[in-house]
Amino acid sequence: MAAFAWLASPRTGGLAALAGVIALLPLALTNNYYYDVAILVGLNAIVCVGLNLLIGYAGQISLGHAGFFGLGGYGSAILSARYGWPPLAALVAATAAVGLVAFLIGRPILRLRGHYLAMATLGMGVIISIVVSTEDGFTGGPDGMSVPPLTLAGLVLQGERVWYWIVGALVIAAVWLAQNLIGSPTGRALRALSGSEVGAEVVGIDSSRHKVLVFVISAVYAAIAGGLTAHYSGFITPGKVSFFHSIELVTMVVFGGMASTFGAVVGAAILTTLPQMLTVFKEYEMVAFGAVMMGTMIFVPKGLVPSLAMLAAARHRPAVVRAIGSDR
Amino acid sequence: MPGEPMSAQLTQYLLTGVTIGAIYALVALGFSIIYNASHVINFAQGEFVMIGGMAAVSLIGAGLPLPLAIVTAVIVTALVGLMLEKFAVERARGAPVVTLIIITIGASILLRGLATLIWDKKLHPLRAFSGDRPIEIAGAVILPQSLWVLGIALVIVLLLSWFFGRTLFGKAILATSHQRLAAQLVGINVRQVLFVSFGLSAALGAIAGILIAPIAFTSWDVGIMLGLKGFAAAVLGGLGSGPGAVVGGLVLGIAETLSAGYVSSAYKDVIAFVLMLAVLFFMPSGLLGKRSTERV
Repeated sequence: MAAFAWLASPRTGGLAALAGVIALLPLALTNNYYYDVAILVGLNAIVCVGLNLLIGYAGQISLGHAGFFGLGGYGSAILSARYGWPPLAALVAATAAVGLVAFLIGRPILRLRGHYLAMATLGMGVIISIVVSTEDGFTGGPDGMSVPPLTLAGLVLQGERVWYWIVGALVIAAVWLAQNLIGSPTGRALRALSGSEVGAEVVGIDSSRHKVLVFVISAVYAAIAGGLTAHYSGFITPGKVSFFHSIELVTMVVFGGMASTFGAVVGAAILTTLPQMLTVFKEYEMVAFGAVMMGTMIFVPKGLVPSLAMLAAARHRPAVVRAIGSDR
Repeated sequence: MPGEPMSAQLTQYLLTGVTIGAIYALVALGFSIIYNASHVINFAQGEFVMIGGMAAVSLIGAGLPLPLAIVTAVIVTALVGLMLEKFAVERARGAPVVTLIIITIGASILLRGLATLIWDKKLHPLRAFSGDRPIEIAGAVILPQSLWVLGIALVIVLLLSWFFGRTLFGKAILATSHQRLAAQLVGINVRQVLFVSFGLSAALGAIAGILIAPIAFTSWDVGIMLGLKGFAAAVLGGLGSGPGAVVGGLVLGIAETLSAGYVSSAYKDVIAFVLMLAVLFFMPSGLLGKRSTERV
């Protein structure tokens, strides 16, 4: 528990611990399947760290981030498979395009708040998802399309072990960037927004500009992860763009703990591996997943990492108080 | 007469649109009732539609006469709605919006999973209430089932406006939606209001699911799209507004069939969300919603 509090609070300590976990994890990964799951965890963690900036720190909901994830994936897939672009250039171009899209729709969409923002982002996500399944000339429709592997300076990046280190490094970079943003004046402005938007404006924060900025950043995180996922698995289907995937992403963030970057990583780790573990339930899998979703939100509404950190803090502090309490 | 087939086609689209629009309206009313009572957007609303339809199919399969099967299916669904409120939503009172959204989405996944266990993953037809012989109106045809849909939807809208306008309990729900604390102060049992609103809106969803099943079949996953579209209809009309839900449903149904007929049937499902976004951007309180200013 003490180790946990240390991991959750100081920035550098947390980052070092994360790097340590990523470096040591391969000792426990005994076959390619475990590597595959670990890579998927890392890719989802990248999306969640970005999404957590938006949901956890700026207090803005998005139920459509699978749209950005999918646009990044399909954009990169289409440019490299159908137009013969080098995959890395395709990935960068698709990510830039997603950033531009997020910038353009960010301003009107982020004027909305609470439920209305949730609805608008949901609508945006569903529209992207329907377009992807309908434009089968480009996307292969409901069957999906195959994606060429990523190449770097003539080297083809393939195999779980290579990808593990790429994704591991990117997760650390993503966390590091997010933490720097949170610690910067922009990050403080975002947290002020989350507390009270009017209050933030009164002290001179341009709320609209900051919200759009963090929306674009989170979309770019999602797009990069989407593109990498497509190139890594060599295949992409509309399932990655679906409303359900948006919900999975939000659930990871909330499950791990809002406004906690490591919470987002933990949430991604648990909810990505959960379906793999739930396959033992076979036909009960869907029921079990729904029940876990409901149960954690009802009983651990603050999310795992903040709740555990609070628990750890409570264990440390009131030893005397507890002793008195037990005497009575 | 050169204009004749053109207008017959238009009439046909309008009739189909109004029928499907009435179904959206019923689902949208369910969203609005729960939103009013609790400020929760219940993403499991579509599953009520599915449970209603599937329960009716299996009860008729078990040999029950149609009216009895319908009533039982509606009651079963209402019980599911009450349980959802009792065991999930009430326990999470005061949680942030995003938490409540995830809880109801978790519930919808759970209910869909249960449906695949209790029933199966196949499409199921429901026998039409009174035959399949189309009736001709102004050069267009309409199925008897469509008349049932429109008739029952109309009766329900009238019943609901009587309930909310004339009965004490209906007024208590409205009062709670306007100001929860004030309602509590004048002695309204706010928890009971919340409980009943879930049952009521589950029943509405079930009726929608049973009415549409003879036209569009039913299956374990039918609630996803119907739920999202009903949601879009509720936003279109103004979330929380009863007349808005009806208008939103009808506008959506007609817009959808017109665009499927004249523009592109592949993009039929997009219309709902494009309209929803347009309304949110340009008139966020919807066509008939309350114009509200936010207090700081």
